[in-house]
Amino acid sequence: MFALRENRMTVVAGAACLGAFVLFVGLAIVALLSQTGGASDDALFDAYIWRVTRFTLLQATLSTLLSVLFAIPVARALARRPQFFGRIWLLRLMALPLGLPVLVGALGLIEIWGRQGFLNSGLRWLGLAQPVSIYGLFGILLAHVFFNMPLAARLFLAGLERIPAEYWRSAANLGMPSRALFRFIEWPVLRGLLPGAAGLVFMLCATSFTLVLTLGGGPAASTIEVAIYQALRFDFDPPRAIALSALQITMTGLLLLLLRHLATEPEEGMTGGHTVRRFDGMSRISRVSDGAWITIAFLFLAAPLVAVLISGLEADLLKLARDPAVHRALLTSAAIALASALASVTMAAVMIRAAATATAPRHTTSLARGFAGAIAASTSLILLVPPVVLGAGWFLLLRPFGDVARFAPAIVVAINALMALPFVHRILAPAMATHAARSGRLTASLGIRGFDRLRWIDFPALRKPLLMALSFAMALSLGDLGAVALFGSQDMVTLPWLLYSRMGSYRTADAAGLALFLGLLCLIFTILGTAENGRRREGKA
Amino acid sequence: MTHPAPAIELRDVEVRFETAALNFDCAIAAGGIVAVAGASGSGKSTLLHLIAGFEDPDRGEIRILGENVADRAPSERPVSMIFQDNNLFAHLDVETNIGLGIDPALRLTALDRRRIEEALRRVGLVGFGKRLPPTLSGGERQRVALARALVRNRPLLLLDEPFAALDPGMRAGMRTLLRELHAEERKTILMITHHPEDVKALADSVLFLDRGRIIANDTLDRFLERRDNAAIDRFLGNA
Repeated sequence: MFALRENRMTVVAGAACLGAFVLFVGLAIVALLSQTGGASDDALFDAYIWRVTRFTLLQATLSTLLSVLFAIPVARALARRPQFFGRIWLLRLMALPLGLPVLVGALGLIEIWGRQGFLNSGLRWLGLAQPVSIYGLFGILLAHVFFNMPLAARLFLAGLERIPAEYWRSAANLGMPSRALFRFIEWPVLRGLLPGAAGLVFMLCATSFTLVLTLGGGPAASTIEVAIYQALRFDFDPPRAIALSALQITMTGLLLLLLRHLATEPEEGMTGGHTVRRFDGMSRISRVSDGAWITIAFLFLAAPLVAVLISGLEADLLKLARDPAVHRALLTSAAIALASALASVTMAAVMIRAAATATAPRHTTSLARGFAGAIAASTSLILLVPPVVLGAGWFLLLRPFGDVARFAPAIVVAINALMALPFVHRILAPAMATHAARSGRLTASLGIRGFDRLRWIDFPALRKPLLMALSFAMALSLGDLGAVALFGSQDMVTLPWLLYSRMGSYRTADAAGLALFLGLLCLIFTILGTAENGRRREGKA
Repeated sequence: MTHPAPAIELRDVEVRFETAALNFDCAIAAGGIVAVAGASGSGKSTLLHLIAGFEDPDRGEIRILGENVADRAPSERPVSMIFQDNNLFAHLDVETNIGLGIDPALRLTALDRRRIEEALRRVGLVGFGKRLPPTLSGGERQRVALARALVRNRPLLLLDEPFAALDPGMRAGMRTLLRELHAEERKTILMITHHPEDVKALADSVLFLDRGRIIANDTLDRFLERRDNAAIDRFLGNA
């Protein structure tokens, strides 16, 4: 509408980003789906794929069920107790797994639940000879609950905290007992959130890679993702990798479709921000049960983290700090994280702006609407192709051109950037929309454009969400193992890859020290990336 | 109030929205304060946005100072606009916010800085140059916006409910300031308002809109005497 030339350039840049995105993902999918040669009607082959698929779905279903069933009472207890000592710290603890590299969490869980761990020592001391093994289905479920229960609980809690305060006053006024409260007030809210939360958890568990790689064992406890990795890295069996990838894409596609019809996107509101006074839950029995759930949740989440901390501090940290392999891994990780985060944030910002520009005129063409729709869809469509599948596609595409390790840095950066895109989009889109609503006409009427607008208006106002998005994307990339696992070589070892190989070669002390370091690094970035806007300077102006 | 070329002319302008179409046809003489009134949704803001260049007409012609402005970007039109809120960039100090009115790339000379000082003095905000907008009251922020309009020095000033967020005492103060500035500069001012007292205290003439049509374009005295339209009666409180 106004400043036509600049608008055209914005739309062109957005279209270029979208095009690059579609090309990168599309080529990988085409590479996987077009090559359907090879030994595919082998009965053994079919049996293997069928077993892997069945296990993938089984563990995802059980993980989701357990996570959600655990999350509901925890969320209810936390909502009913808006004020107790350490509540805010428990909420922060529940946000931690989101930013914790999966590998570090797995290590912590092994410390507590593993053969030499806390639990089995206790059992032996009690005279129970048979140790519980963390490897296999039990460990996978445990780890998935560890990572996803807090996520579901936070979604539920945010929903419960959105219930208007008048409801509680009316309920108290009417004298509704605890069960009636749950049935008529809390459950309807939870039921509304259930499909979204359960769907999200199921999706995460069905595409889980690192945890299953670490805690699963053999074909009996392997998901499709891990099977793809093994097919390419160990057995070098491209037909199998292709068949598995097609299966994975079909499965995630169906899941996404189902999710869209079943669930509204879960909103992660501010938890613990405002205190609503609750009048219920004063009876002894509800005090005791709330206390018990809160304590169990706290111990379950805190114990593995404390274990990582303790064993990490016991490791020879000085030796690690002088280890050139660690230095190289740190530099590699930092370079990859920075590059992919910058790429992700730039792409997201350009595409959001282009979509807004294209749909700004009063009479938008269907082309412009389609363009904006494609941009909005692309950020969630990336979920269709998990990193390992994307990597597998490019692995097969690049193989004819020589050693795939040569292309590793570029591919890993691109995959990490795309992985972060949905999160970056979610941070940037609302901030950019508010900023545009607030300043769009003003900047146009003053004629501030191009670089001047970026420098004086856009960047200062959007600095915070941009840095948040950047930080979060870096945390994701720093903790990632999926993309690196396929492409990693002697020349490209990231921190998680180094950690994984030290774990594999039984250098446990080294692994513990590295885990502590990597965990802290990612947590710092996550905290920076998700920090609630503390001081609200920007009022109305 | 009879000038040869009208400041603003809308000829058979039509704007179509999904559910409604607005039609404007009017001429506004230069140099006066025109109150733009009418119920919510009657098209007041759209009218100002058309003149400022934030909306494009689907049909018709808009002429400002005798020139067709169809191809002019908002910043190229001889117009300054002040909104109800968010007139200032919250992260830039008052001086910088005003300076953007002189040069959108913020290349300011010593002379420009003196002009900013002078504008601040005229709106009664001496010494506020380094303050950030969030530390100002609503009235002070609107004064800064006025100061920017002063240094921009465009012949037309469009105000979209500039006092809506202010309490009655501040409104009166702003009315006085606007009156004084108008007496000195003789710019053409179009001001949207919901308040009959703003109209009575400030306006030389009134544009009254109802359901997307201009149903009155009168001098203040004539407008206040009108009893022929229910919407105008409701606005003036002539029940």
